Amino acid sequence: MAEAPKMRPPIESGCPDGFQYMHPLMIRNYGNWAYHDRPRPGVLHHVSKSGDEIWTVRVGTQRQLGPYEINLLCDIIDKYGEGYVRFTIRSNMEIMVSSRDKVGPLVKAFEEAGYPVGGTGNSVTMISHTQGWLHCDIPGTDAAGVVKALMDDLHEEFIKEDMPNRVHITTSCCQINCGGQGDIAINIQHTKPPKINHDLVANVCERPSVVARCPVAAIRPAMVNGKPSLEVDEKKCICCGACFPPCPPMQINDPEHSKLAVWVGGKNSNARSKPMFHKLVAAGIPNNPPRWPEAGAIVKKILRVYKEDAKDWERVGDWVERIGWPRFFELTELPFTKFHIDNWRGSRASLNASAHIRF
Amino acid sequence: MAQKQPKNPEKHSTYIPKEKKSTKPFHKTPMLDQLESGPWPSFVTGLKRLAHNNNMMVDLLGQLEHSYTTRKGYWKGGTVSVFGYGGGIIPRFTELMGSDGKAMFPEAKEFHTLRVQPPAGNHYTTKMLRQLSDSWNKWGSGLIAFHGQTGNIMFIGTTSENTQHFFDEINEYGWDLGGAGPCVRTAMSCVGAARCEQSCANEQKIHRTLVNNFIDDMHRPALPYKFKFKVSGCPNDCMNSIQRADFSVIGTWRDDMKVDQKEVKAFIKGKSRKYVIDNVVNRCPTKALSLNDDDTLDVDNRNCVRCMHCINVMTKALKPGDDKGITLLIGGKRTLKIGDTFGTVIVPFMKLETDEDYERIREIAANTIDFWAENGLEHERCGEMIERIGLVNFLEGIGLEVDPNMITQPRTSSYVRMDEWDQEAEKWNQRKQKAAG
Repeated sequence: MAEAPKMRPPIESGCPDGFQYMHPLMIRNYGNWAYHDRPRPGVLHHVSKSGDEIWTVRVGTQRQLGPYEINLLCDIIDKYGEGYVRFTIRSNMEIMVSSRDKVGPLVKAFEEAGYPVGGTGNSVTMISHTQGWLHCDIPGTDAAGVVKALMDDLHEEFIKEDMPNRVHITTSCCQINCGGQGDIAINIQHTKPPKINHDLVANVCERPSVVARCPVAAIRPAMVNGKPSLEVDEKKCICCGACFPPCPPMQINDPEHSKLAVWVGGKNSNARSKPMFHKLVAAGIPNNPPRWPEAGAIVKKILRVYKEDAKDWERVGDWVERIGWPRFFELTELPFTKFHIDNWRGSRASLNASAHIRF
Repeated sequence: MAQKQPKNPEKHSTYIPKEKKSTKPFHKTPMLDQLESGPWPSFVTGLKRLAHNNNMMVDLLGQLEHSYTTRKGYWKGGTVSVFGYGGGIIPRFTELMGSDGKAMFPEAKEFHTLRVQPPAGNHYTTKMLRQLSDSWNKWGSGLIAFHGQTGNIMFIGTTSENTQHFFDEINEYGWDLGGAGPCVRTAMSCVGAARCEQSCANEQKIHRTLVNNFIDDMHRPALPYKFKFKVSGCPNDCMNSIQRADFSVIGTWRDDMKVDQKEVKAFIKGKSRKYVIDNVVNRCPTKALSLNDDDTLDVDNRNCVRCMHCINVMTKALKPGDDKGITLLIGGKRTLKIGDTFGTVIVPFMKLETDEDYERIREIAANTIDFWAENGLEHERCGEMIERIGLVNFLEGIGLEVDPNMITQPRTSSYVRMDEWDQEAEKWNQRKQKAAG
């Protein structure tokens, strides 16, 4: 009997100690910082109570990096920086240096290598996104492509700080919304029920858990062509796609009917108002690779109006709360439809139970 | 879009190698090619550079172009893990089969991702980035995403066999897989105390205390669904923890915020009095700020809700106080299945200084996961379970007392049975007495 190959047991080390990779000034002044300012867009300056100072240069990336990009960026950091780097939640690189004199050459080197410096303060920073057609098993669209197309258009807003407050844009390739809440979010919205391949359901899907997954109880077990399968009450179906991950034969993605929707006013911070979810403003937008111009036009229109009309420090959500939704639709020239009025649980809280009307 | 000619085309985001080491000819990619122009660094150019190195990326580009043309995705999941673990890898097998039943893009027919946990705050040295990149170039496609939406380093694209080799190599120099499936997931923390004066917490310690305590629940998925920890050092919540974490830890303080009146005056001199009235005083959500005639600032600290706005504007003059701690919120998540939920307060304030403090937060997390593992339905996030059973049942389940900080307002409906009112009121009185010492 052949001996089974000896497998190496894993070292369950979990999350590694961050201090081993931290800039020495960050270790020395851990928990002892006094204040910060921003000398220019893309650069942060933090001063410690000890008097130590650290400068950070923020650089936009394409998020998916190969050895060429990693070595190119690391060469720049080693030559003009001090060998330490971190990533923000929105895939921007941050390079920390101990002297003001290093900032200029570092910025110049990144810009000469085609990497934009910005994304700080009141800019439109990098769009947080997911995997899309590159790697996801349930995507209705691509992620990196939508982001590349939009960031090309918003490049000037990334390298400047001209917005009323910071703008966080997100994209998501299905209604699970992995991209998260955004000041503006561009998400897939399916408009037709799943197409079921009844030959495969019995072998591929655990039918009771698929039934349980449906938010509106529109799925029930059925015999189709003599085989155990599932059927969808298409009148009840909200086309959310929740059944598709546990049951791939219930194909929800459709080249024509999987559309894009735009949502605005999501905010995670507690600053000023409490955190807010984003709200639907536009839907039925074609999923149009490789550059999604229709979705881009709506995003740019909203940004233009926000930039003109919002006051300093108002996030998109704060701004709309001040001016009211009728004005938002008026200024953005987006149609207001019956679909904007929520009918999900808790929806009464979103109705105007007052005589507060703006004229 | 017109682009300036790079000064050094060999060292530029648009660079394409002259030499082709991959043996398979490139597929035509007219759709993806359109994403190579424009000022933002192009991921397509990056994929093409990799396709000069390996056949897997040649075929990956073929499949991706096919998706762009047909507007459909073509990956299916499966089961792949490394020896000893049940999760941490996202398996992907191509669904694109030709009429002969064989994969249309065979070199990329297996294209798995390994999720690896970064340190809290995503700190790296260039040496470590290069080392990780070298290992992945050896065992995988070379493509790495910094970072996925849960917070992992995503090593994208390798075969089933090489997942083990790659893991063995990086595990030896200190890296471990993250979570995938119904398990405790990789956590996220802001840069925090390492570089931010607004931080009220030791994010590094909290992050590792929580996640590394549940490492078995991460590597061997057996929970109702995913469970995410996120740590933000202050209520700006840069980690989006209230919306994106089942267990959200947010730094805060309970004494008076710090006001440097000299810096307040300097700020007003630099910006104008109107600016401060419009953008600081009037933007306070609880009207807790008042500007005096001599350009000093009064703070009604009892009514300050620690929203951070004024501190964000006047970074030199205003700061959090000294008596720092954290607020715990539970149950944030997006859409599926019941609709969006924010995390809600379960611990308004606790100190995190002594070993006992850290043991207490670990215990609250353990009680939460245990109770949810016991009572959550399949594919039900912790917040959805709380929505189903009510916050009070959850609090009783994990042994926490009710607190008015947990609500925005008391109930408005009278449809509730309250025959134990006196006992419950007595509990409150006793807790109040105890707190008063």
